[in-house]
Amino acid sequence: MNFKNFREYLSWLYFQYLLITGIYVLEPWEKSIFNSVLFSAIAMVVYTSYVFIPIHMRLALEFFHEIFGGQPESTMTL
Amino acid sequence: MARSTNGDSLKQLNHNGLKWDDSGKNGYHKKPAEQKHGAGNGVASRQNKQESFEQAPMYVAVCTYMGFGIVTLFGYFRDFLRAVGLEKCNLAQEREEQKDFVPLYQDFENFYTRNLYMRVRDNWNRPICSLPGPVFDLMERVSDDYNWTFRFTGRTIPNVINMGSYNYLGFAENNADFLKTVADKVQQYGAGVCSTRQEIGNLSIHEELEQLVANFLGVESAMTFGMGFATNSMNIPALVGKGCLILSDELNHTSLILGARLSGATIRVFKHNNMHSLEKMLKEAICCGQPRTHRAWRKILIMVEGIYSMEGSVVRLPEVIALKKKYKAHLYLDEAHSIGAVGATGRGVTELFNVNPADVDVMMGTFTKSFGASGGYIAGKKELVDYLRCHSHSAVYASAMSPPVTEQIIRAIKCIMGKDGTTEGIRRIRQLAENTRYFRARLKEMGFIIYGNDDSPVVPVLLYMPGKVVAFAREMLQRKIGVVVVGFPATPITEARARFCVSAAHTRAMLNQVLHHLNEVGDLLCLKFSRRKRPSSCSLSEETDVGLDS
Repeated sequence: MNFKNFREYLSWLYFQYLLITGIYVLEPWEKSIFNSVLFSAIAMVVYTSYVFIPIHMRLALEFFHEIFGGQPESTMTL
Repeated sequence: MARSTNGDSLKQLNHNGLKWDDSGKNGYHKKPAEQKHGAGNGVASRQNKQESFEQAPMYVAVCTYMGFGIVTLFGYFRDFLRAVGLEKCNLAQEREEQKDFVPLYQDFENFYTRNLYMRVRDNWNRPICSLPGPVFDLMERVSDDYNWTFRFTGRTIPNVINMGSYNYLGFAENNADFLKTVADKVQQYGAGVCSTRQEIGNLSIHEELEQLVANFLGVESAMTFGMGFATNSMNIPALVGKGCLILSDELNHTSLILGARLSGATIRVFKHNNMHSLEKMLKEAICCGQPRTHRAWRKILIMVEGIYSMEGSVVRLPEVIALKKKYKAHLYLDEAHSIGAVGATGRGVTELFNVNPADVDVMMGTFTKSFGASGGYIAGKKELVDYLRCHSHSAVYASAMSPPVTEQIIRAIKCIMGKDGTTEGIRRIRQLAENTRYFRARLKEMGFIIYGNDDSPVVPVLLYMPGKVVAFAREMLQRKIGVVVVGFPATPITEARARFCVSAAHTRAMLNQVLHHLNEVGDLLCLKFSRRKRPSSCSLSEETDVGLDS
């Protein structure tokens, strides 16, 4: 399929999203409700991961560093 | 001659030139528990693979259920709004005074109709304003309130290619030359019969038709009825009763099921086209007899159809006949879609499998599909048909077939047999076979999942998701092609499909146009789910579908 520009491609992707989730058969205001609920759920997931993933990654790296990488340091000090 | 062993029937099938589609199907029957059309051993499964029922990838089933789930949730939401009063209810409701009674409108079927079917019902019951030939005219209708009400704009959509009518041999035509005999008979007999067969509605033209049908099928005698559905539902009760056993295929038509229930016999259902299931049931029936008394069954009747119209699959007639002979059961064959449409000279599945028609005890068929008329027939031995003339409910109470319809069937059968002196009939049969083969081959090549036997002119293209079903019907109508889409409850909930009926009246150009638009719509809606290896180089296009949908 040939898309003349990026906007057409995006609108085709939106159409696929409508078809797969079954929203295509609903009335426009129902589509808006579903889209806003989904969008807010995804926004919350993104925000939570933005806030918490760096902290968790740092803690996890420290944990594994202490187990594997920490041993030579402690024997050196002894 | 009937083939009584599996090995011989295999050779016979090969000899008839039935197509083997063995392009790597072994990988697609991964989940035998889920596959409802599977069979056990090697012989039967090779035959089954000739009829392909490819399973779609897992993400398709997941998305289908998700789509139905989301729309059901919105259905509950809208029902809540209607109950609270925030929204006007357009459907039938119980009266205020009867609110405490047992509810009339709250079961799932009404829920489904209210909340899913009503939203999308502009794709069904479209009014047609010309004859249902290879092209037809539709009346344009629009809805202002999301399909609760329609209004006609006054315009027609002309020359829409008709891929939904059961017009297999193209006899739905209004050519004045061909219909001259019909017009003459209307002059002679009038349009209505105004009586039943047993009173004074038995016209000489009916006798002529019955003789012709018996000759056409190669049996001793036949009887015709005014309505195809009533042929099944009114005659099965005349043939079997209490104390008899009916073994009915899983996917039998409603008319057969209704007739079986009306008869009062015990009904057992075997898996679709599955000979092991049927044999197991026959063995159990013979060994154990009737449920409590263990007496022998008075009669065992196996009910199958020639072509199953929702699947496009063809019955395994040689094997069924072998089983029937071994266990001394009777066979009722409903050739509604297969008479005239399959077989080298259009005689139906008995000719397709080269089986002696005398082996089938009751041959039933309808004139609605291949003959462009209406009504049905039952054919078989003379004793059977004479018995039915006395005892059939339809003969006693239903009015007889009207003369113009009878003459249409007579001229159609004469055309097929070649008795009108032209080769038009055999040309149409060959054209239908060629169109079927071409259409199916091209669809498979494009990458759609298609069910059914390679010889059947009924082609179901699987669409699965409810949104895509609706979008498909609308897009095809925009491109001036009329298709029939079917969803739940006529099909299983995950297997919504579009059913194409190929006709002998379609020219190669029309089929090419349909295929071209199907290709476009298939790409637009991502419908090409087939994962088998295709000879052409477009196997890459399905990878993009996987990437976008998952």
